Amino acid sequence: MDISQYKIENEPFYDAQSNEVELYEAAYSARLPVMVKGPTGCGKSRFVEHMAWKLGKPIITVSCNEDITASDLVGRYLLDANGTRWVDGPLTLAARYGAICYLDEIVEARQDTMVVIHALTDHRRELSLDKKGELIKAHPDFQLVISYNPGYQSLMKDLKQSTKQRFCALDFDYATAEKESHILQQEGKVDAETATKLVKIGEAARNLKGHGLDEGISTRLMVYAATLINQGIAPVEACKMALVRPITDDADIRETLDNAIEMIIG
Amino acid sequence: MNEAMFAEYQEKFTCKFPKAVELFPDLLNDAVSKLSPQGVEAYLEGANFLCKIGQGVEPVLVYMEVMPDIAAHFGQGTNKMIADYGYQLARSPNKKALIPFLSTLGHVCRRIDKIEDLELYLQIIDEYVDKTQTVIHGHHSVHESPGMVALLESMPQLISKLCLKGIQNFIHYGASNYANSPNDQIAYFKLESHDAKSIITRERQGTTFKDVARHLEMLKDCMWDCDLPFQTFATAFDQLRKPVPYLDETIIAVPDVYENENGISGLNRYRATLAHMMAHQRWSTKLMADNFAPHIQLFISVFEDSRVEYLAIQKYPGLKALFLSLHPYPEKGACNDKEFSCLRYRATRLSRALLDENFDSENPLIEEFRQKFHAVMSEKGEDSTTRDMAELGSLFYVKSRKQSSDSMPKMFFDDTEVSYRDDNRFIWFHYEEYDEPDEIMPNEYEPEEKIIEDPNSLPPRHYDEWDYISESYRPDWATVYERLHPSADAGYIDYLMAKHDNLAKRLKKMIEALKPQNKKRIRFQEEGDELDLDIAIRSIIDFKSGQVPDPRINTSHTTDSRNIAVMLLVDTSQSLNERNPDTGQTLLELSQEALAITAWTVDQLGDKFSIAGFSSDTRHEVRYQHIKGYSENYCDEVKARISAMEASYSTRMGAAMRHAAHYLDAQQAEKKLMLVLTDGEPADIDVKDPQMLIEDTRKAVEELKGQGIYSYCITLDPDADEYVETIFDNHYTVIDHVDKLPEQLPQVFMKLTQ
Repeated sequence: MDISQYKIENEPFYDAQSNEVELYEAAYSARLPVMVKGPTGCGKSRFVEHMAWKLGKPIITVSCNEDITASDLVGRYLLDANGTRWVDGPLTLAARYGAICYLDEIVEARQDTMVVIHALTDHRRELSLDKKGELIKAHPDFQLVISYNPGYQSLMKDLKQSTKQRFCALDFDYATAEKESHILQQEGKVDAETATKLVKIGEAARNLKGHGLDEGISTRLMVYAATLINQGIAPVEACKMALVRPITDDADIRETLDNAIEMIIG
Repeated sequence: MNEAMFAEYQEKFTCKFPKAVELFPDLLNDAVSKLSPQGVEAYLEGANFLCKIGQGVEPVLVYMEVMPDIAAHFGQGTNKMIADYGYQLARSPNKKALIPFLSTLGHVCRRIDKIEDLELYLQIIDEYVDKTQTVIHGHHSVHESPGMVALLESMPQLISKLCLKGIQNFIHYGASNYANSPNDQIAYFKLESHDAKSIITRERQGTTFKDVARHLEMLKDCMWDCDLPFQTFATAFDQLRKPVPYLDETIIAVPDVYENENGISGLNRYRATLAHMMAHQRWSTKLMADNFAPHIQLFISVFEDSRVEYLAIQKYPGLKALFLSLHPYPEKGACNDKEFSCLRYRATRLSRALLDENFDSENPLIEEFRQKFHAVMSEKGEDSTTRDMAELGSLFYVKSRKQSSDSMPKMFFDDTEVSYRDDNRFIWFHYEEYDEPDEIMPNEYEPEEKIIEDPNSLPPRHYDEWDYISESYRPDWATVYERLHPSADAGYIDYLMAKHDNLAKRLKKMIEALKPQNKKRIRFQEEGDELDLDIAIRSIIDFKSGQVPDPRINTSHTTDSRNIAVMLLVDTSQSLNERNPDTGQTLLELSQEALAITAWTVDQLGDKFSIAGFSSDTRHEVRYQHIKGYSENYCDEVKARISAMEASYSTRMGAAMRHAAHYLDAQQAEKKLMLVLTDGEPADIDVKDPQMLIEDTRKAVEELKGQGIYSYCITLDPDADEYVETIFDNHYTVIDHVDKLPEQLPQVFMKLTQ
């Protein structure tokens, strides 16, 4: 098994919001499990990727969804010509060979699924594959990172206390206007003026949160808009396509945001 | 006109009323200057004719005054047409309307272009007369139309707001809804009643605030992050003083309608108005008004308006095009300071110059101040203050002042009104209390609302009601007051539950069957959570024995859940107090039992559920009583409210359903269900036609369906079949044995949500 295929070669661009890089490094050196919280598209995954690159460790990412089950994480028996064969799941892989295992949007997975990670996240650092009858002691490099978005927390989708209390947490939010504009210039390759306007549109939309919008416009969408502008699309059109149409189906909100965009871009 | 001609015309004018003879030369002069010789003859013929219809001199004089203009516009044929129409009016019971008809005709004709439209106008009046003049049975006379005079007198106002089609609708509405109450009809046509206002607002062209309210609310949050509420003021009624938008510490006041202006849509005008006022709110501070002379205040206002707009444009560059398209452009030299006071003209030109860098003022003074203004703004930006503008304004006034001209009584107004700007009361404060700025909005047309001062009640909401005869909505017809239901002893409900212990046990079994199974196993999956050992082994055996194995060897789990929001709307009208002679129980008591059990059932099922009671005392007071909200648990407080239920008044179901629907609509659920528990047909004491509220409720059910809400009726009226099917189609249950209600209601509910 070549774990190095999970290594990240090129530096993923990341603009630190505050001291999260140092905090993460400290947590990693003690191999503490980390939870990153924040609204969608604010750079959680990018941060984790960046840290894996910085630490030179392989990273295995699992995007969680409702259908994900314990065996999807741990591994399962598959059939082959001679009968059944065990195949490691991503979590087992990471624990066995020493990678950072990143469970993205963990609340999307069903609560009972998450119980499998418990033994890995406390002093035991072990994973029991009961179907296979194997007990894996985690590799010294192994670390578990989860992310979730407290924004669309509902009664149905929340982490169990017993899960929550195994992590130390980093709280993320959308970057400040200045930072965000810098990110757009770097990632979307647009000039400072366009970037500032895009950030203003983002701010305007975030004011509507709770008044019909569940979430504001994410930094990721703004990067998309910047990229489209960079492709030669007219800014107003690019913003409508990347910033408004994806986040709402409500005609009034759409019209409001379209108008705000026209006013801001001028 | 020479004397010979005059003599000739005078001979043709056969009317000998002294007053008419006296005024004839002037009137003739006017006519001759506007009409051709044939035209003048037709004009005189008309006048002679009216002279002989026996209504005195007045109609003749009014006719002679207004006709030259009309005939000049529509052709000489109109003389005869109007004279004949006047004759017809004079012969009819509505002869009082002759003078108002003639005297407002000039106004009306100024607003219409074609002779066909004039014919349509006469036809509209005829239609009204046909509908409203009354014949009393047994008498051989016809009575006048009560609102005729009022209608014609209001015509100048109506024609300035509505097109002819709109006027036709307006009249039609008044004539059919007030056919039996002459006083209300008069008030309506005098434009004094609330309904008249609503109808005019509805029929007006342009963008009504109601249509764009949500958009503007969001725009306000999104672009300006402001919490102040909007309030509208009526623009249709004030003729002398046109109300303008204003902003104060508590509200943002905007007109109820904006028509298109300079090709700018009403919506964009609202946006510009909002942007301007929000800019004030963000960047303006207050100045002491008493420190500045009124003329200086005007110029300070201009600078301050320009300053906040400059800052708004910095933030939202797109606003500039919008402001420019709405800002008037007073032509150079338009105002002659020998005749007029040019204050406003100067102010508007200055304002345009500050906004528009292409505005070529060619006026060194304006140029100088434009530079000063931009110097301040580019130096200080957002740190500039209202005080800076006060300095500029005072200075500008002093330098531009024209001692004698400025105080002339005639003010030059053309092209000086910046329609999207507010009255700037926000930037002034006044030393003396009695210096308070005038209340701009004298609300004489206050709807007939009773104000119930009660911390447990919400402000009234108005709902349209469907009129099946005219097939249109009556706007804002029913007023719904929502209040918290009073409470009594919650123990009573527990007692009722204990009484129905057996039923509860049976229901519990049904609930268990209905309750979402948390997990369901799905076998025979090619991909799934777990290996299904039985099938896997079978597959391996198949495989080893050389057969094709079944690849579906996994199982997976799914959860199935209910996602339903339910609204239970309970009729609490007077008829519920009827006692069942056999059991001695009132319908109300039975309803309470049924409610208690249903609420318990739904609570057990875990669905979103709310309960409200309703009754009505005419359209002005529909009572909607909150018993349980979606976020409330079925706790003692709710039980206490159920136990305090009382029955009174009537059943205006449509308004209550529309009100309940707006709560249900806000719920996020896959299925939305409105259960209506009632004991009779929709009715109210102010509605004579029994079909009216039935049709309205049917319409409400249709509306709800459009919103994705399923309505279902449970009626205790054994004879309900006649109407309940009209209203609810086949979505209803008639409970024949009312004592079975407590048992049936929860069962109906469970059947519906299975």
